[in-house]
Amino acid sequence: MLIDAWNYILTHPAQFWRALNVHVMLSASALTIAALVCIPAGIAVARRSGLSLAVVNIANVGRTLPSLAVLALVMPMLGTGFAPALFALTLLALPPIVTHTIVGMRGVDADVVDAALGMGMTRSGLLWKVELPIALPVIFAGLRTAVVQVISGAVLAAFIGGGGLGDFITAGIAMMAVPQLLVGAIPVALLALGTDFLFGVLQRRLTPQGLRA
Amino acid sequence: MTWFLRNWTDVAYGLWEHIVISLTALTIAFALSLVIGIVCARRDKLYGAVMTISGILYTIPTLAFLAFLIPVVGLGRTNAIITMVAFSMMILIRSVVTGIREVPADVIDAARGMGMNPGQIMRRIELPLALPLIVAGLRVSAVTLISVTVVAAYVNAGGLGTLIFNGIASDHAAKIWAGALTVCTLAIVVDLLLALTERKLRRQRAA
Repeated sequence: MLIDAWNYILTHPAQFWRALNVHVMLSASALTIAALVCIPAGIAVARRSGLSLAVVNIANVGRTLPSLAVLALVMPMLGTGFAPALFALTLLALPPIVTHTIVGMRGVDADVVDAALGMGMTRSGLLWKVELPIALPVIFAGLRTAVVQVISGAVLAAFIGGGGLGDFITAGIAMMAVPQLLVGAIPVALLALGTDFLFGVLQRRLTPQGLRA
Repeated sequence: MTWFLRNWTDVAYGLWEHIVISLTALTIAFALSLVIGIVCARRDKLYGAVMTISGILYTIPTLAFLAFLIPVVGLGRTNAIITMVAFSMMILIRSVVTGIREVPADVIDAARGMGMNPGQIMRRIELPLALPLIVAGLRVSAVTLISVTVVAAYVNAGGLGTLIFNGIASDHAAKIWAGALTVCTLAIVVDLLLALTERKLRRQRAA
């Protein structure tokens, strides 16, 4: 079965690389857009406790929504293809990033902030040199959660014509062709595990020396 | 809306199946995690290994996992339930272990001083005190399992995902709306109910 799957890749290289490429592009774009929106927004919101609570609560509701339901709901509104899939996946990536940013920023010890201000740091100096480095591991944990969710979600994008490795799985299930199904399932599982591992390593690297356990 | 009113029995049946599948998987996963969690709560190395394995199972995309099982168990509900149990182990085991570990050492010392044996300490001290965290884990897993059940409809497990897939296949927007909105509502309601339970338990513990 594994050999058959391997042979399938060898005989359909263009198809395989295209699907892998679409999958990575979909996931990376969704994560990047979500991060560019959520990290600045989270930092801005974190200063106000009432607003933070409201945003975290809304994000938590967003987190409970099933990925496939979100993808499916986008279809009647935006149609099928890469763009609607990207839109849905970006929506899925928002909640973990925004909540982790808020939690990370609010977790910075008030005494540390006081000390920094007492040393004469400006607001922006405080943000870049004190608050962000301390919050970074938590923010990165949010990115890690989001990226794994997006890679998994991108498999489901195949259902609304978004392409990606999910195409092999759905085609494999439809025709009950096990090798083809594995051509989708194995690479996507490796992609998810590899990315999670990579983000885990980065997360440890980005933790300031003084905060490491 | 008119489609929904004419076919509400289909939606209700899908909802029922959805709840049954999710609940079956949650029950099995919880029973397993409770045993595994109790066994490795005080064994650091074992806990590390268990977390690595369950973390891998958690990270593998659902649809890929369902696909891996097709050559082994074929299509259907068994496949779905195995996938769902595997998927929810990490969150559940972690909540059991964290809950047990957060019981203050003084409390356990006192219980031992009163002559309790390890079994009694586990049943009457550690597990009851760990309960709020265990419920928190159940809440996260219940919601993720509702989400996984939607995908499991693709391997003929049934549930609300069936409506969504039929809607996508026949380009029938009303079916997609009915299936997707019902499942979202289910997830939100379950999340809310378990959140309330968790808060109530915490307040009782604090009192």
